[in-house]
Amino acid sequence: MGNVKEIYRFRHKHILGIEQFSVADIFYILDTAASFKEISSRPIKKVPTLRGKTIINFFFEPSTRTRLSFEIAAKRMSADTFNIAASTSSAQKGETLIDTACNLEAMNPDIIIIRHSSSGVPSLLTRHVRASIINAGDGAHEHPSQGLLDLMTVREHKGKIEGLKVAIVGDIAHSRVAHSNIVGFTKLGAEVRVAGPATFMPPYIESLGARLCGSVEEAVQDADVVMALRIQKERQDDPLIPSLREYSQFYGINRSLLRHARPDVLIMHPGPINRGVEMSPDVADGAGSVILEQVTNGVAVRMALLYLVMGSEGSRVG
Amino acid sequence: MTIVTILQNGRLIDPAGGVDVAGDLWLQDGVIVPAREHLPENNLVFDLQGKWIVPGLIDMHVHLRDPGEEYKETVATGTRAAAAGGFTAVACMPNTHPVNDNAAVTRFILEKARGASARVYPVGAISKGSSGEGLAEYGELKEAGAVAVTDDGLPVFDSQLMRRAMEYAGSHELLVISHSEEIALSRSGSMNEGVVSTRLGLRGIPVAAESIMVYRELALAELTGQRVHIAHVSTAAATDLIRQAKARGVQVTAETTPHYFTLTEEAVAEYDTNAKMNPPLRTEADRQAIREGLRDGTFDAIATDHAPHSVLEKELEFDQAANGIIGLETSLPLSLNLVRDGVIDVMRLVELMSTAPARILKVQGGTLAVGSVADITVIDPDREFTFTRESILSKGKNSPFLDWKLRGKAVLTIMGGRITHNEME
Repeated sequence: MGNVKEIYRFRHKHILGIEQFSVADIFYILDTAASFKEISSRPIKKVPTLRGKTIINFFFEPSTRTRLSFEIAAKRMSADTFNIAASTSSAQKGETLIDTACNLEAMNPDIIIIRHSSSGVPSLLTRHVRASIINAGDGAHEHPSQGLLDLMTVREHKGKIEGLKVAIVGDIAHSRVAHSNIVGFTKLGAEVRVAGPATFMPPYIESLGARLCGSVEEAVQDADVVMALRIQKERQDDPLIPSLREYSQFYGINRSLLRHARPDVLIMHPGPINRGVEMSPDVADGAGSVILEQVTNGVAVRMALLYLVMGSEGSRVG
Repeated sequence: MTIVTILQNGRLIDPAGGVDVAGDLWLQDGVIVPAREHLPENNLVFDLQGKWIVPGLIDMHVHLRDPGEEYKETVATGTRAAAAGGFTAVACMPNTHPVNDNAAVTRFILEKARGASARVYPVGAISKGSSGEGLAEYGELKEAGAVAVTDDGLPVFDSQLMRRAMEYAGSHELLVISHSEEIALSRSGSMNEGVVSTRLGLRGIPVAAESIMVYRELALAELTGQRVHIAHVSTAAATDLIRQAKARGVQVTAETTPHYFTLTEEAVAEYDTNAKMNPPLRTEADRQAIREGLRDGTFDAIATDHAPHSVLEKELEFDQAANGIIGLETSLPLSLNLVRDGVIDVMRLVELMSTAPARILKVQGGTLAVGSVADITVIDPDREFTFTRESILSKGKNSPFLDWKLRGKAVLTIMGGRITHNEME
C-alpha cells in the first residue's frame, strides 16, 4: 500500500457545542461558511443543495435574529422550514419535551434546530429522535453557531485566530455566547481574557481556558478583539449587580477604555445591544465595530452547519 | 415443634459482640437461639461455606413514596428491593402525600408494612406538613411507632423551630434527623457548583449550602444538649465540622451514602438525570474526605437515601428533573468496595450498615447475640452480577449504576426468622 493521506471528513451528525469540535472541524466549518457567504450576495440567493430537506426551528425562548438567521440559511439552501415557538416549558401543558420532540420526529424532519432555556436540552433530544439536532442556544451552556460566526468574523479581519488577544466583558456566568466563544477562541490558540464583576463570573472559569482579569482595563490591554455581552435586567432571585447605571460606569465599554486596546481592535457584540449600558453608542457604531458583519456571517455559518450535518455519516440522508 | 433454621459453616461477623469467627447460627421462633449438639427434627439447614453471616442490614434513610406516590414505589415494592439488597429493616422518610406528620399516617404505613419484606420504621415530620412552621405532634407520632423526625427533602430554615424540635423531640426520646441545606444558596442549582457545572452551563449548588446548615445543627445540638443526626453528608467541609463537633462531645451522629463515596460530579457527564440528587455529587476531594470519614468514625452509618422516581420526573430537562436515585439494591456491593479498597474492615462495614443504625434509631437488630431478633443477612462477598434495569425490584429504575458490574451480594435475607430473599445456589 502506498502512502494514503488521511482525508478529512466532517463526522458530526449533531451540533451541540463548540466543545465537541477539533481544530480541524472548526476550520472546515469556517472554510465552508466562507464559500457559502457569496451566495447571499447574489441577485438570486438560492442554491438547491438541501432541496427536499425538512428543517424545524423549535424555539422555546423568544428569538428574533437567531431564528431568522437559521430560517434564511435554510431557505437559501432550498430546504423547507417550519417554525414552532413553544412557551417556556411544555411540561406546563402536561406534555413533556420528549413527547413534543417525538411528535416532531414522527413527521420525519431532517434537522431540528432547538433553542431552550435549560442547558443540555439539545443533548437530551439526540437520545430520543433520529433527526440531526442543532443547538441554537441552551441555557447558559453553548450557542455554537454564534461562537462560529464570531470566529469567522475575526478571522476575516485578522487573517488568523492564533495568538490574538480577545477580551470578553460582562455576564460570563449566564452567557452561552461567552461560553462558546471562550471554548472556540481558546481551541484555535487565542488568548481569551474575561472581565466583569465577580457576581458575573462562573466558578472555575479558568477551567474553560480563559484568563480571569481583575479589571476591564487589564482585559482590554493590547486586545485585538473586545466583545461586550448583553446585560440582563436585574434578577429578582439573585442580586448580581446593584443597577445597570453602576454597571455601565465600571464595566461598560467606552472610547477611553479602548485606548488600552490595540489601535485596530475589533468591537463585537452578540446583540441585541443595550446601548449605553454594556457599550457606549459611539463604540457600537464607531471604527472597528463589526457587529453587523457578525449578523451577516451568521447566515453563512448556519448554511455551512446545515450542509455539513446533512452530509455527515449517520444523518438521515447521507 | 417449630422449624429451626440452621446457618452452617459461615463466617459470623457481629460488631455488637466484637465477634468474627467461623461457625453456625441457629434461629427459632423469630429469635437467635443457642446452637445445640444434635440437629432437631424440623430443621432447615443452609451450608454457608465462604459466606458471611451478619446481623440484618438496616437502611436508615429510604423514601418508600407510600402513601401518595405509589406509582414510584410502595411499601411492598420498596421492602422487596430492600430484602434483595440484604436489608431487613428500613426507616422511611415522611415526605409522602400526605406528609407523615401525624399518628394516622404513621399507623397507615405500619399497617401496610405488615407482611412486607422488611421491617419499616416510619420517620415523622419535624414540622406540620413539613412546612417549616409549627411542631408536629411528636408524642403521638412516637406512640404510633415513629422512630425519628425530619423534614427530609427540605431543610428547617427557621433556626428557632429547629431548636424547639430538638428540645421537644428529646422529651419524647425521638431522634431529630437533619436535611442540612441552606436553600437560599442552593435553590437555583441543579448540580455541584464547580468545574463541571461551568462546563455544562448548569447553575451550581455550592459546598457552603451544606456546611452552613450542618454548622447550625451542630450549634443547636450543643445549645440544647440534645442529639442530632445529619443525613446524607456529601462534602469534605461538613465531614470536618462533624468530626470536630464529635471531638468536643456534641451528641451528633451522621450518615453518608454509597453514591457520595463512589461517584463524583463527573457522573453528570452529558446531563444524566440519574446522577442528579440533592445534595449533589461533589468532587474527588470530597469523595476522598467522605471515605476518610467512614474510616475514622466520623460517619456512624451508611444509608442509601433511596429515592425512586419514574421517567415522568427523570426524562426531562436536567434542571427540571427530580432529585434522587434508588440505592437499596446497590448499597451492599458498593460498600463492599470500601473493604476491598482497604478503607475499612469487614467488622466496620457491618457496624456502619447494621449495628450503628440500630443503635441510633434505638430499634432491635444489629447483633447476632443469642436472644436477639432473627434478622440476618448472608453475604456472598464474591458473587458477581451486572446491575441491569430488568433486575431491579424497586419500581424506580433511576440509578447511575445501571449496567455496572458489581461484586458482593446478599444471597439470603431473613427477617424475624422468615426468609425474605433467597438466591442461594
